[in-house]
Amino acid sequence: MSAPLLSVRALRKSYGALAVTYGVDLDVHPGEIHALIGPNGAGKTTLISLISGEIAPDSGQILIEGRDVTGLPVHRRARAGLARSFQITSVVAAFPALENVVLALQAAAGPSFRLVPAPGAERARREEARALLARVGLGARAEAPAAALSHGEKRALELAMALAGKPRLLLLDEPMAGTGPDESRAMVDLIASLKTSCGILLVEHDMDAVFRLADRVSVLVAGSVIARGTPAEVRADPAVRAAYLGDEA
Amino acid sequence: MRAALLLSALVAALALAPLAADTYMLSLLARAMIFAIAALSLDFILGGAGLVSFGHAALMGIGAYGVGILMEEGTRDALVAFPVAMAVAALFALATGAISLKTRGVYFIMITLAFGQMAFFVTQSLSAYGGDDGLTLAARSTIAGNRWLKSPLTFHYVTLGLMVASALVCAMILASPFGRVLKAAKDNERRVRALGLDPYPYRLIAYAIAGALAGLSGALLANLTEFVSPAFLSWHRSGELIVMVVAGSMAASALGAGGTGRLGGAVLGALGVILVEEGLSHLTEHWRIIFGPLLVLLVLAGGVRSRRARP
Repeated sequence: MSAPLLSVRALRKSYGALAVTYGVDLDVHPGEIHALIGPNGAGKTTLISLISGEIAPDSGQILIEGRDVTGLPVHRRARAGLARSFQITSVVAAFPALENVVLALQAAAGPSFRLVPAPGAERARREEARALLARVGLGARAEAPAAALSHGEKRALELAMALAGKPRLLLLDEPMAGTGPDESRAMVDLIASLKTSCGILLVEHDMDAVFRLADRVSVLVAGSVIARGTPAEVRADPAVRAAYLGDEA
Repeated sequence: MRAALLLSALVAALALAPLAADTYMLSLLARAMIFAIAALSLDFILGGAGLVSFGHAALMGIGAYGVGILMEEGTRDALVAFPVAMAVAALFALATGAISLKTRGVYFIMITLAFGQMAFFVTQSLSAYGGDDGLTLAARSTIAGNRWLKSPLTFHYVTLGLMVASALVCAMILASPFGRVLKAAKDNERRVRALGLDPYPYRLIAYAIAGALAGLSGALLANLTEFVSPAFLSWHRSGELIVMVVAGSMAASALGAGGTGRLGGAVLGALGVILVEEGLSHLTEHWRIIFGPLLVLLVLAGGVRSRRARP
C-alpha cells in the first residue's frame, strides 16, 4: 500500500481531567474515504481540529505525506494540501457565493500582496470558480450572497471552496448534517466522485451515507478508537453495536 | 455604485465651492477635507479590515510634526517633507501595528490608544520643537521652490486633489485581491486561515498604508494652521476620527450608499462633523450640548434602519 496521506500517531488532548483524544492512531490513504463515526461527545470534531491545526495536541504526531506538521499553524497545513469543511458551516457571509470560491482559488495560488486589481487573473479565477460552483450544484446561485444560501447550499459552497485548493487531503466534518434528503443524496454522489483526486477523512452521523461511501471506518468512543475495519466488519463488531450502533443497524 | 455616486457628488460640490466661499470658508473646507483624508485612511482599516484603531490621531500628528520639524531644520519643500512625513507615519504604524495586530477587538483598541498616548507624550517632551506649547511654522511648505500653498485657492484644490487620490488608492486596494483577503478576514478569520492564508501580514500592510495616508493629512493640517502641537495627537482627536467614520457611514447608509469601508461615508462624516461643529459653535459656546444628542439621534436612526434592512 502507498504511503499514507495522513498519519495520526498516538495523539492525545486533554482539557483538565477530561481526555477528549486518548491515544488515537489513524491513517488516510490516497484515494480512500476513511469514515470516523462515534456517539456525540466522542471527540470527532476535536480530532478534526487537531488535524487541521486549530488546537494543539498534548502529545503525539500528525504527518501529512510523511511530513511532520504537528507544530505548524492552520494556514501552513492548508498549504501542505489539507482542506476542510466545518461542522457548523463557515463561509464568508458578506461575500457572494462566487466571491467565496474566488477567494479560495486566490488562497490556493499562495499569498499575494498585489495591491492593484489584476483583471486577467481575476477573470480566469471567476471562470474557474463558476465551474466549481456548477460541480457542486450551485451554478445558478453564484451571485447570491453567501448569507442568503440555504443550509445545504452553504455545505455545497464549503465543499467548492475546499476543492478550489485542489487538496490532497479533505477533512469533512458532518457534510450531511442538516441537509434535506435530495441535497444529501447529491452530496453523497459528489463526495464519492472526489475520491479519485484526494483522500478524505469523513466525520458523519448519517450511517447510510457512511456505509455507502467509506472504504474504512474507525469508531471513536470517549476519545479512543475502539474498532476499525471495512464497513461490514465494523457493522458486525459487537463492541461497536454495544457502544454506538445499537440494534437498529 | 451609489457609494461612488455619493463620493462624486461631494467632490463636485467641493470643486465648485470656491465660487461661493470666502477665504474663511475656504480654510474651513480645507480643514474638513484634511480630516476627510484621515477619516478615509481610518475607514480603510476600520471598515475594510475591521480594525478599530484608537490611535489614528497619533499617525496624523506624526505627519504634522514631520513637516514642522523639517521646516525648523531648513527643509521647506513639500516634495521632500510630505513623503518624509508619510514615510515616518507609515513606519510608526508598521512598528506599532506589528505588536497591536497580535491582538483583537477591545485589546486592539486599547493597545493602539496606548501607542497613540506614547507618541503624544513624546511630542510634549520635544523641548527643541516647542514641547507643550507646540511649534509655529515659519511659512507654508513650498512646492518645488514655489510658494503656491500660500494662496487659499491653490491650497483648496491641492487638498481636494490629494483627498480624491487618497480615496482612489483606498478604493483600488479594497477592490484588489489583497483587499479581498482583508475583507474576508474581517468577516470570517477562521475560514481565511483554513484556506491557507494568514491575515496578519495583510492587516499589517494595510495598517502601514493607512499610516501613510494619515501622515499625509497631518502634513496638510500643519500647513493649513502653520502650527503643530501635541494636541494634534491627543486621543480626543482619535475619537473624533472614529465618530466621523461611524457617523458618516450611518448617514451614508441613510442615503443608500452606506456602510463602513465604502469610503463615501468617511468623507461625508468628516465634512459633516467639521461643518456642523463650526455652525453650532457660532450659535453657542456650549455647542457640544447640541452636537452630542445629534450624534445619538443619527446613530439611533442608522441602527433602526440597519435592523430593518436585515431579514
